[in-house]
Amino acid sequence: MIEYISQPWPWYVSGAVIALVMVLLLFFGKSFGFSSNFRVICAACGAGRQVPFFRFNWKAQTWNLLFLVGAVLGGWISEEFLQNGEAVQISQNTIQDLRQLGFAAPQGLQPEELFGAEALGSVPGLLLLLVGGLLIGFGTRYAGGCTSGHAISGLSNLQLPSLIAVIGFFIGGLITTHLVFPLLFS
Amino acid sequence: MKGLKFVMTGILFGIVMSKSEAISWYLIQEMFRFQSFHMYGLMGTAVTLGALAVFLIKKFQLRDVQGEPIQFQPKEKGITRYLAGGIIFGLGWALVGSCPGPLFVNLGHGYWAILVAIAGGLLGTYFYGVVRDRLPH
Repeated sequence: MIEYISQPWPWYVSGAVIALVMVLLLFFGKSFGFSSNFRVICAACGAGRQVPFFRFNWKAQTWNLLFLVGAVLGGWISEEFLQNGEAVQISQNTIQDLRQLGFAAPQGLQPEELFGAEALGSVPGLLLLLVGGLLIGFGTRYAGGCTSGHAISGLSNLQLPSLIAVIGFFIGGLITTHLVFPLLFS
Repeated sequence: MKGLKFVMTGILFGIVMSKSEAISWYLIQEMFRFQSFHMYGLMGTAVTLGALAVFLIKKFQLRDVQGEPIQFQPKEKGITRYLAGGIIFGLGWALVGSCPGPLFVNLGHGYWAILVAIAGGLLGTYFYGVVRDRLPH
């Protein structure tokens, strides 16, 4: 059993489990939306003293922080107990494209070039992660949700605004991948 | 322990994001290069089953575990905030290779460097709160 679920999961199993997560939260009386946690953490740290946007009853969102803690634990459990020890499988075309940008073929889950000790010790490496995070944090609040709140919860409820947001996610991702990466990494 | 069910659901989320490999920067690159069906199949399945579940919940007016009717908040109408915010989000998503959930799942995997991106996410959210009233929505 453990050996079986330690293999990478096919998309139809993964997609079904993600839908299950959304449905479970609905039956717990909540709505699946991960990035709200950023706002909650800002509020819990006292950001409401300066900025009205963070003046709300963040304690009512404690459940989402618990979900966040679970997500970290789920990552840890996968790393410790559900590993098959193999690098992620991606298509040959992607490997070739990434090689041209200076990335080696996958050795694990994430590229050492971006997440390894060396990247952490370099200014460009740190800046990339920081700027990426800034864009994610700013963009998700501006758009009122991220991949979970819009692409999963919103689209499941057939919300047009969510469809517009998801189209935006893809426009942004395509710009970074096809226009910014060639400038950054060559 | 009322909160335990949320931790458990979070664990399920962390495991599915890990085992689907959707938290990998490589898979996000593969997706934005249209070189694999995996991520599209994953999202397509989640949304199809999710939409079916929402439809059934509404049709049979199902209640949550506390006995309250399950309600759905319609998103506010508009285009600017969703398109502009979405594009800004997407720029960062492809750069880091993680959206907000997977940032934290990666932390569980021991990729400490992702803490820098998480700090960025918090700062970006704070910055949005500061300039919010000056932005078109």
